[in-house]
This record gives sequence, C-alpha cells and structure tokens, in this order.
Amino acid sequence: MVARIIPEPIRRNFPGLIALIFSLLFCRPSLVLAQESPYIVTYDHYLEEPGSLEVEYFSTFGTQRGGNDFDAFWTEFEYGATAWWTTELYVDGQTTFNDSTIFTGFRVENRFRLLQREHLVNPVLYIEYEQTSGADKILKEVEGHDVESDYADSNAVLRKEHDHELEMKLLLSSTFKGWNVAVNPIVTKNLLPSEPWEFAYAVGASRPLALKASPTRCNFCLENFIAGMEMYGGLGDTQSAGLHDTSHYLAPVVAWNLPSDWTFRLSSGFGLNDNSHRLLLRWGISREFSGFGEVVGRLFGGRP
Amino acid sequence: MKAPFALFRPAGRVGPVIIASVVVISIIVVSVFGTRLAMAQKEDAAGRRNRKSTYAALAEAPEKASEKKNPFEGDTQAVAAGGKLFEQHCADCHGSKAGGTRQGPSLLREEVQQATPGTMFWILTNGVVRRGMPVWSKLPEQERWQIVTFLQSLKIQSVTHNQ
Repeated sequence: MVARIIPEPIRRNFPGLIALIFSLLFCRPSLVLAQESPYIVTYDHYLEEPGSLEVEYFSTFGTQRGGNDFDAFWTEFEYGATAWWTTELYVDGQTTFNDSTIFTGFRVENRFRLLQREHLVNPVLYIEYEQTSGADKILKEVEGHDVESDYADSNAVLRKEHDHELEMKLLLSSTFKGWNVAVNPIVTKNLLPSEPWEFAYAVGASRPLALKASPTRCNFCLENFIAGMEMYGGLGDTQSAGLHDTSHYLAPVVAWNLPSDWTFRLSSGFGLNDNSHRLLLRWGISREFSGFGEVVGRLFGGRP
Repeated sequence: MKAPFALFRPAGRVGPVIIASVVVISIIVVSVFGTRLAMAQKEDAAGRRNRKSTYAALAEAPEKASEKKNPFEGDTQAVAAGGKLFEQHCADCHGSKAGGTRQGPSLLREEVQQATPGTMFWILTNGVVRRGMPVWSKLPEQERWQIVTFLQSLKIQSVTHNQ
C-alpha cells in the first residue's frame, strides 16, 4: 500500500534518500555561520540563501488564566529556492498541562523579495496558507480579536474547530548602522465566506552586540549575539476594527549564532493588557544546511 | 466522499503519518525544483553568460558608492577577521580560496580584483539577486568592509603569485 502511493522516482532513489538523511545527521558541520535575526514573530527582509535548508524547532510556554498552562511547539523547514524566493513548511503541536499533547496543523509559507537591490525600506511579500485546529497555540501571529480566553477550553473542545486560513504580510525592513527595524502589517482571511478579514501587526528592532568581527573563530564573541525587542498584536477585523478585545505583547529577544551553524533564540513575551496571556516564554533552535538543494538535485538526476 | 481537507484533518491517528509524508515530499519537490532551476541557469553557454552578467554587475555600482574608501585598508587584523567572515558566509559559493564554484564566480578574476573597494562593498551590500547572490546587508557595515579588506589582500597575493 505504502509502496503504491510513493511516486516511482522517489522509490527508485530510496537508498539515496536514506544516504541523504544520514549525511544530514552525521556530516561534519561546515563553517557557515547562520547570522539569523533574533525575531520569533516579526520578519525582516532577509531570505534564506539559495539552496540552503534551515530546520528550526520552536517552543512557546504560555500561562493561561481560567485554564491550564501550555507548551506549544512547531518545526519549520525553510528552503531558499532562489535569492528572491524562500519557501517554508511549519508543523504545529501543543501540550496543555493536565490535558493532552496533540498535533494541531500545518502551514505553508512563501516569501518573495520585491526589489532587486537594497533600499532604505525593503519590501518582501509573505503569503501563507494554514490548516490548523482551534487548539493551535503557537501564537506565531496574534490576529483580529484573538484573546487569552479563546484558549481556555480543553483540547478535546478546541480541536473540533478547523481553520483554513490565508494570511498575507508585507514585510518592511530597514538596516542602518547595525540596527534592523522591521514592520509587518498582517491581513488574514479564514476561507469560510462568512468569516471577516482580520488585521494584525508585528514590529521589531534589533542590533548585534558588536559590529566588528574578531579575527579568530569563537563561540562567545559579542558579534555572535543579536539582541532586540518585538511587539505584536491584533487590530480587529472588517466587522469590528480597532483595539477593543485585542491582545498585545512586548518581547525582548536574543539570538546566539554559533560558528557551527546552530542558532539559539530566546524571547519572553509579556502581555500588555488583560486580554493577553501574562507570559509567553519562547525559545528556538535552528541549524542551516547549506548546499542542501544541490545534494538532493544530484540524487534525482542533476549533473554532478 | 470525503472533502479534500478532511484528509489532512489534524486529529486522529492518521494525521502524523500524512504530515510526515507531506514534510518529506515537500522538501524533496522544492529542493529538486529549486536545484533544477539553479542548474538550468548554469548550463554551459548560459552559464558563461551568467558569469559575465555577474561580473557585469560590478559596473552597475553608482559612482558615489565606488569611490568610498575602505576604513580598514592595510589593517592586518581586518584581513584576518574578513577571512573568517568569508569562510563563514561566502566560501560555500565562491570556494574556500575564492576561486569560484558552480554556485558562484571566482573572485580572483581581473574584473573583481580591479574593482574599487567601494564597488566590492556595494556588491556585497546589494547582492546580485537576479543571478543568485543574496544581499548581505544583514552583516554590519564594518564586517562587510572587513570582507572587502580580505578580498583586497587576495589581490596582493595573486599578484605576488603571478610574479
């Protein structure tokens, strides 16, 4: 049965695939330094390098009034298809304490760089399709009238709701004198015709702790750390625009880029009003595999 | 008949299996597609054109940018730091000795070595996006100048080698 649903080219290259997975797991790390931004919610205008695959794991611990605290997690597979196009797949899940651990959905996202060169403000178009259940708590975006009480029910109740959403963002970002400032206006549409368009925002600013590289390879040099702040929240919807019944967060963020191409991120988000979770403690770990696309391409008949 | 979305309904035992398949297949499809796209650009004649165009991008630097002076010129510490940064960010495409690979052109070629520091800095900042070189403005200005200093040191090395 499984053999029948796997396409022929993949079946033929199955040993190669196994070899690829092993090489990814056990290959000697290259010296590629990821230089990732510290943002977890906000996006700047930098895309994945062409042919590189970045695998990321994130976790969000959230406090919940009127319910159980939770730990939501997601894995991202981010691939640089070209220098102007990055494509990404998310897989989400969560554990609600004293309740259960469940898979909550997936998202497919694409980012397109709109201008060839650097400008004072650099726009990138972000388009995402997501298919999640109401139990999804990663809070990667806080949209419309999303409030803390929406997440208070048990997983058994929340997972009955199914969301198919299209989300668009305009990623506006600028880098000057080492500072990056990014502003993301967000529009979301649940694909049910009766649902309104929802609005949201995310803004962030960050800067490396040192602007000049040291001559030697090091893990703890200041240049490897980028610190900043991000703020995100909902802005209502087409039926009821505005800040009433919306939640907002302010989060200091820090990223540690290691020369072994691993990146660690940490963020503690504080709710800014009574509709917000009091604390969203997030952390993430990611690793970049440069040249991934070429390796896979060779396995499937590309020229050596 | 089940609605198409019902297949992916994130509940029940079948979910993780389907999602794992989606993950693997998506990565393969995107990787193969992306690589084929990149490889198609590098076919022999087209590849030569591509490389020419990549070098031609040097001429696109505005005069004001080309005339910028390298603040680290002659600074040996900057050469070392730039070498480290080159190894971390550039060597995958341009080769560990900057001699070029299938992904990126040689930086030892005359076109690059005769370019002014300001031009190199401009290319590093703006990339050549249509030819696959990403923008590197995410590196702080000083780090980009350190890389330029390293590339200039290669010029001296290559001249010495030729002599």
